[in-house]
Amino acid sequence: MEKRPYRALFLSTFQLSAFTFGGGYVIVPLMRKKFVDQLHWLEEQEMLDLTAIAQSAPGPIAVNASILVGYHVAGVLGALLTMLGTVMPPLIIISVISLFYAAFRDNYFVNLAMIGMQAGVAAIICDVVISMALNIWKQHRLLPVLVLAGAFAATQFLDVNMILVILVCGCIGAADTCRRGRQLRKEGKA
Amino acid sequence: MVYLQLLWSFFQIGLFSFGGGYAAMPLIQHQVVELRGWLTMTQFSDIVTISQMTPGPIAINSATFVGIRVAGLPGAVVATLGCVLPSCIIVMALAFLYERYRGLSLVQGILGGLRPAVVAMIASAGISLLVLALWGEDVTSLTDPQQVQWPSVAIFAAGFLVLRKWKPDPILILLGSGAAGIVLYSLV
Repeated sequence: MEKRPYRALFLSTFQLSAFTFGGGYVIVPLMRKKFVDQLHWLEEQEMLDLTAIAQSAPGPIAVNASILVGYHVAGVLGALLTMLGTVMPPLIIISVISLFYAAFRDNYFVNLAMIGMQAGVAAIICDVVISMALNIWKQHRLLPVLVLAGAFAATQFLDVNMILVILVCGCIGAADTCRRGRQLRKEGKA
Repeated sequence: MVYLQLLWSFFQIGLFSFGGGYAAMPLIQHQVVELRGWLTMTQFSDIVTISQMTPGPIAINSATFVGIRVAGLPGAVVATLGCVLPSCIIVMALAFLYERYRGLSLVQGILGGLRPAVVAMIASAGISLLVLALWGEDVTSLTDPQQVQWPSVAIFAAGFLVLRKWKPDPILILLGSGAAGIVLYSLV
């Protein structure tokens, strides 16, 4: 990257954060669309790596992920800017709302818009999950598909703690690398 | 003094809330309602509701809300700062390590194992969100067509098709679906 896009980093995270309702993972598909598909600042694999790291560290995922993207694109200053961009919208919005929060909570039109946006967010997540799952499928290896299915079953049906899922999957990946390394060395000797 | 208390309370919330989102809720409740008495339980459940209705992580939202109640706007800034400070330090260190060591084959292997897991976790979070969006909060049976919120289904389907076909900026989808929500639900 020739010129560090500080302004774009701040503005894009500010925008994403201002429209990310629901918290948690919701911002990840949005970030992927913005930073991988539109701005090409990250590869899809890098976005997944950063998401895994964001999930494993304490604190809100949205904040963690934006720090990681900012650092990746433009170092420490980039990370501080994306963090600021992510934190400022909720800070401003809640400050304003706290003045008249009962009226806001019970407002008819605000509620309708929120319900509509939930459906919109669900559509974005479906779109992104399908693209990402297809990319895993295209590797033509059995193990990643098994890991995906297993991790999905563990979080969706068995309510396993996500940190545990991350740890186990990381170990599976490490073991797979060691096994393949040994295999390669064996073939080299033979 | 109160600023230091705000900073310290939300620093702890930021430091110990793994997993994000609702995982942070009991921690916030403990610090803010039980330990410090900054909010009543009703005010706390209000802030949870408002967090669902507004953008931003619940930890940041409650930091701002509590900060303002306790010590005005500077309080909100201090509490928010406390909340993100642990992330800032820890994640920046992890980012440094990632950029430096991700070329190693063992690290590559670990990351290779994590990627499908991340897709799975996003899918799982997406399904909960999809159910909430298309059936609403008080759903008792997913197969009962009376409980399906058809305007939301229409918004979801339209948004999904537009995304697959034209790949627009997601912000446009959100704005559009918010507007569609007001129009469609006003008509129903």
